[in-house]
Order: sequence, then structure tokens, then C-alpha cells
Amino acid sequence: MNRPATPLSSQPTLASRDGRPYAQVETVPAHAPLAIRGVTVSYGEKPAVFSVDATFPAQSMSAIIGPNGAGKSTLLKAALGVIPRLSGEVYVYGQPVAKARARIAYVPQRASVDWDFPTTVMDVVQMGLYRKVGLLGRLGGQMKAHAQDCLERVGMADCAKRQIGQLSGGQQQRVFLARALAQDADLYLLDEPFAGVDAATERAIIDVLKLLKSEGKAIVAVHHDLSTVRDYFDHAFLINVRRIAEGPVDDAFTPEVLQATYGGRLASTHLDELSSPGTRR
Amino acid sequence: MGAEFVQFSLTPILIGVFSAIACALPGNFLILRRQALIGDAISHVVLPGIVVAFLLTGVVAAIPMLSGAAGAAIVAVVLIETVKRLGKIEPGAAMGVVFTTMFAAGVLILEQTDTSQVHLDVEHALMGNLESLIWFRAEGWHSLVDPVALAGLPDELFRIAAVCALIALLTGVFWRWLKVATFDEAFARAVGIPAAAVGIGLVVCAALAAVAAFDAVGSIIVIAMFICPPAAARLMTNRLESQLWWSVAFATLSAVLGYVLAGYGPLWFGARNAVSAAGMIATVSGLILGLACLYGPHRNRIGANRHGTP
Repeated sequence: MNRPATPLSSQPTLASRDGRPYAQVETVPAHAPLAIRGVTVSYGEKPAVFSVDATFPAQSMSAIIGPNGAGKSTLLKAALGVIPRLSGEVYVYGQPVAKARARIAYVPQRASVDWDFPTTVMDVVQMGLYRKVGLLGRLGGQMKAHAQDCLERVGMADCAKRQIGQLSGGQQQRVFLARALAQDADLYLLDEPFAGVDAATERAIIDVLKLLKSEGKAIVAVHHDLSTVRDYFDHAFLINVRRIAEGPVDDAFTPEVLQATYGGRLASTHLDELSSPGTRR
Repeated sequence: MGAEFVQFSLTPILIGVFSAIACALPGNFLILRRQALIGDAISHVVLPGIVVAFLLTGVVAAIPMLSGAAGAAIVAVVLIETVKRLGKIEPGAAMGVVFTTMFAAGVLILEQTDTSQVHLDVEHALMGNLESLIWFRAEGWHSLVDPVALAGLPDELFRIAAVCALIALLTGVFWRWLKVATFDEAFARAVGIPAAAVGIGLVVCAALAAVAAFDAVGSIIVIAMFICPPAAARLMTNRLESQLWWSVAFATLSAVLGYVLAGYGPLWFGARNAVSAAGMIATVSGLILGLACLYGPHRNRIGANRHGTP
């Protein structure tokens, strides 16, 4: 077999990881909500995400877990094409991501936008409909009612006319979730949805996500709070620039994997506490 | 106000108003994107392009001027990238170095060139020549319906009116893209909106406005039109839609009031000569912004310190 001299093959989907032979790189599951193959992203000379494969299952809640700077958000953004990939392919329900945008909803990090922007809560939620209505299509009464309904689902119905700068952090996050709901998608990608929100908002968000899951949707969230992984998620993907592990939480979210992902950054007592199923609340 | 007003003041005021609106419309988005100084950079960078275009063609016409300005803009982008990479410095610094150098070069070339036959010299490049854009054939208000007189309207009026209309049209058509790509670029990209193209289109529109407004207010003062009316408008409302209308109103007010004050203001104080209309327009726009800062109903950045707090 002719192996290329460089570690990264010119055909990124075939890139071998950790010296594994090509034959063991699984093919793309035809209908996985999100399949990432050989994705590498680099901001400077060092890759932020290196040759990552990941498959996120249907009707489940998946967490992307890893230390700061491990490339969690970068992987999500690269999968969406929000930032360019150096190499690799991304499939959404078996289609290239560019052809499946109508099936994806995205919740960026709350702090990534300027909340002083002159607009109202309702306006932001309606942005979730822009793809459907196009540049000049009319936002009819039915669409507006749908947007209002999405606000209701996150418990923000009364705030439709508020200026977004007047919202608390938790309310901002709910508005972003409502915008994603307005997109009527099958796959929901969320970047740190629980960062800096109050407990009531966290509860409200998780309820909405669990309802989505029960409707057959797939949810993938970048998650930083290790103590809630077992409570919230079914599937875990652990990353530190490279893929460390992925699978059902009970299999993938183990002390050994956490040690490998975080290195010395977690004390061993924490590891045991976090990853033993007995601590489920 | 009669024949004299129509002949001497009507077209300069209209040109001033169209210039101000053409700059204010893209200015709204540049400000919200924290790119306000791109307007400044563009207005400086286009000068050598316009001068070189004039030297090559010998005429001050729309197409050569716009081509020259576009060429200068491309040179500027390449230079900024080069300075940024070779010097390993932040883009703002690279931009500052490149655009001032190019502007200075433009002034030098202009000074050494015989442009006495046309309205293109250092003074006009800096301050515009609004006062000279008069309507010779007008004899009074009835000239507005006289085809012969209308044919004698200055070309600059049609040029800036067309640019203003084009920018207004593009702003209307691409409104949703502009809004979502300005507020949340990552989300815009995720839903398939070509956010990078929207950003480039916005800068191209700003460049177009800067070149077209060059005649009226000169290349330095054009920056006031990009920033002051939209910034004042932001302080009047918390809705982007309303902000746009406020910025158009402030731009119009600045142009009209500035022109009138420049022409008649000094006379009221016993001075003999009028002052630069372009200078006065920019000053008025600055004063409007100052008043908006003091009395505008939405001058508190309510969202500013909410980041990170639940």
C-alpha cells in the first residue's frame, strides 16, 4: 500500500489518526444528523482542531467537552462553515453541510454579539425566519405568530417589544434559543448555551432541548460544566485539539478519558466524582 | 428667496443633501460594525486614484474617477495587507500608515499638476467646491420646468443623485442581510447568508459615496457625513429602521443648515465674506451629534455592562 509521506493526506477524509490504518476509518453513516470527517482548522501556525472525526446521533443530546482552547467552539463553527476548514468534510443527514442549511439551527455564544445593537427581541427572533422568507419576501402574519410562539416556548412572550440591551444574560440566551426554534430545524447546534445564565434559565433551556429531543431532533452543545454532563446529555464527544473519545456518556465520560482530555488540569478526586454514574442528581 | 436662490443656492444645497445621505446610509452600518474609520480611510485613499485618473484621461468625469478610485482602493488593500504581514502589526495601524501616505501622495501629485482648467486642485480636494456648483441657466423657480434651463444643471448633481438613489436601493433590497450580518455574523453565515460579500459590498458602497461626494464636500470632510448623522441617529432610537430615517433627516438638516449658515451666517455677524460651505456642513453635523449626546433619549449604553452577568 502506498502511504503518503506527510501525516496529512491530500484527501482529508482519508487522513489517518494515531497511526490507525485507513481501513478502520468508518464511512459516513448515511443519515447521521451530523458527521464530521477529518476536519482541521488553524488560526495561525498551530492547528486549533486537528483531523477530527465525529458522529452525532439522532434523537439525542450530545455534549462537546474539553478544556479551554481545546477547539470545542471552533469545531462547531467549522462544521457550520462559519469559519473556514483547512481540510475535512461535514455531512448533515448525509448531505454536504452547504446543502442542508435549512435543517440546521445555530445558537452562537451569547457574548459574541453586541447586545447594544438597536433592535428588539421580536426582531432577533424573526432573524431565524430570514432564510425562509429570503431578502424581500413578506413576513406574514403566520410567520410573526410562529416567532411569537417560539418566544413563548422559552418563557419570553412578554418581552417581544423590549430592546435587547435591556435583557439580562439569561434572557439574552433565551432569545437566542427562540431564534433557533424559529428556524424549524432538525439539528440544533448550541455554543455554550448555559454560560453565565441563571438557574431558572438553565432549567428552561434544558426543558426546551429535552422536548426537542423527544420530537426526534438532534442536539449538539458545546458544554463546559462537567458536573451536569451526566444529567443533561446522552452522548459525549471529548476533544483536545484532537478527538479523545466519543460515545454514550457512560462509555465515553470516564475518569481515564477525562484525564486524557484535561491532562493535569483536573484533580483525581474530581474525576471520580464527575464520572461515576452514582452522582446523578 | 427667488431667482438668485435658485441660481446660486438650490443646486449646491441639493448636491450637499444627496452627498450627506449617500454617506450616512452606509455609515449606519459601518458604525454598528465598529468600522467607522473605514469611511475615513476610503475618503483619503481615493484622492490619488482620482488625480491619476484625471492625469491619464484629462477629464473630470464619473467613469474615470470611479475607476481611479477603485484602483487606488485595491492598491490600498494590498498595501495594508503587506504592511500588516511584514510588520506583524495590528490592522488599524497598517491602515493608518497606508491611507495617510496615499492621501499625502495624492496631494503632492495634485499640486504639481496643471489642473487649472477644472475644479480639481488641492483646496477643492480638501474642502470640496460646493459653492461653485451653480445653475447658470436658471432664472427663477420657473426654470425647474424649463427643459433648456434643466439641461444646464451641473453634471455633479445627476452623478450624486444617481449614487444616492443606488445606495438607497441597495440598502433597501439587502436590508435583512445587512441587519443580520451586522448584528450576528456567525449566525448569518450559518444560515447561508454571504456575510463576507455583504461586508465587502458595504465598503464598496461607502467608497462609491465617498468618490461621488468628493465634488461636494471634499475628501476630508466626507468622513463627518459617514459618522455624525448615523451616530446622532443611534442616540435618538433603539430601532435600526428608525435610526436609518433619523440619519437621513440629520444628514439633510446638516447639509441645508450648513450651507445656509456658511453663506449668510457671517453676514449676520457683520463679516463680509461667506465661509466654506463644506466646513460649515461638517461643523453643523458635529453640533447635531453633540446635542444628541446631551439630549438624545437613548444615549445610555444600557447593554454595555450587562455582558456576563445573569
